[in-house]
This record gives sequence, C-alpha cells and structure tokens, in this order.
Amino acid sequence: MSPGAPTGGAGGSGSAKEGAGHWWAQRLTAIALVPLTIWFVPSMAMLAGKSHGAVVAWLGAPLNAILMALLLAVTFYHVWLGLESIIEDYVHTERRHVATLIAMKIAVAVLALAALFAVARIAFGG
Amino acid sequence: MPKGKRPLSPHLQVYRPQLTMILSIFHRITGVALFAGLALLVYWLLAAGAGPGPFAVAQGLLGSWLGMVVLLGFSFALFYHLCNGVRHLVWDAGWGFELPQVYASGWAVVVVSILLTGAAWAFGLTVMGGGS
Repeated sequence: MSPGAPTGGAGGSGSAKEGAGHWWAQRLTAIALVPLTIWFVPSMAMLAGKSHGAVVAWLGAPLNAILMALLLAVTFYHVWLGLESIIEDYVHTERRHVATLIAMKIAVAVLALAALFAVARIAFGG
Repeated sequence: MPKGKRPLSPHLQVYRPQLTMILSIFHRITGVALFAGLALLVYWLLAAGAGPGPFAVAQGLLGSWLGMVVLLGFSFALFYHLCNGVRHLVWDAGWGFELPQVYASGWAVVVVSILLTGAAWAFGLTVMGGGS
C-alpha cells in the first residue's frame, strides 16, 4: 500500500452499497417509535402497582397486545441498528469488532424472541 | 511519535466541553442504557405471563426503593432519547442547523425531557394512590 491514510487503500473499492438502507431503517423505526412511546409510557404508568389479574387482563386485550408486540418488534430492530452503529464506531480491531457484533446480535435476538413469547403467552392465556 | 499512537481527529480531549457534544454522546449512552431497560421490560412481561407468584416477585423488585430509582433513570433516559431523537429527525429533514437553533433545541430537549419525566411520574403515582 502506498504511504498515507488507510483510506487510500480503500479507494476504488466502491461503497458497501448498504449504508443508505441502514440509515433509512434507523430513521423509520425512530419515527414509528414516537407514537408507540407516547402510547407506552402512560400505559406503564397506569399499570404501576396493579394486581396480576389487572395487568394480564390489560396486556391480553387485543389492541394492547398488538401495540405491545409492535412496540417490542420495532424497538428491537431499532436497538439492533443503533448498537451496530455504535460498535462500528468504537470497536476497531477486526476480531473484537466481529465478536462484539455477533454477541450483540445474539443477545438482541434472544431477548426479542423472549419478549414476543411473553406477549403471546399473555394474549393467548397460555 | 510511533505511527500507531498518533491522536486521531477530532481531538475531543482538548475541547472545552460544550452542550452539543454532551447531548450527542448522551444520546448514545441513553440508547445503550435503554437496551438494559428493554431487558427489564421483557423480564416484567415474562413474569406477568408466568403467573401471580413470579409477577409478585417482579412487582416487589420494581416497587422497591431501588427499583423506583432505576425506573426513574430509565424513564428519563427514554424521554431524553425520544426528544433528542426527534431533534435528530428534524436535522435529517434539513432544519435547525444554525448555531443558535442547535443550542435552543438542545436546551429544549433537556427541559422537555425533565418535564415529561415529572409528568409521567406524577401521573403514575396519582394512579397508584387511587388503588388497584
């Protein structure tokens, strides 16, 4: 490689051609989360200290279950994209970079599945 | 100086801390913190689905003094990330880039986040006081 910045070596390789998709997905999930959060916070405040029966009845109502599942799905996608950006910015060594990305994706995926399982269990009264 | 140890631009360590840079990194910090808050929400949902026993344990933890402090932190982080996220979306639309506007929107985010956190807790505590 010629002397100079490492970017010199990347010249001519072209872009990865997927940055714009990542950017758009992060913004669209952010926009979707604005009304969902405005629904979520008062709902949680309203459920504070309520009995198990009351909470399950509320979460089991179709509209609430759908909105909660939607909030969780969009949030997990948003978290996935956001953590991806942060790891790409701050974890530089190739090995650690890949290892951190994989660990993050496993953690987000497992937690997302657990979340949707929990909502489905309450909604279908399992 | 060895090639690998040269400081990288933009030399954040020589900057006087500014509102803009603090709000910027706080957006990422709250984002990462809210992932932990999300895990707490999932735990609460799993406990609710598991039955009255596990749910009582979860409510006991969240309703404790420490639990309330943690929830207060997460609720402020959520409102901050929401408000500053909207600020970012406005920037993405191409508006508000003049320096005075950037500072005004920054302070607005701080004040509105605090007010919303207070309002949400006032609402929650009032509802709680009203019985189950």
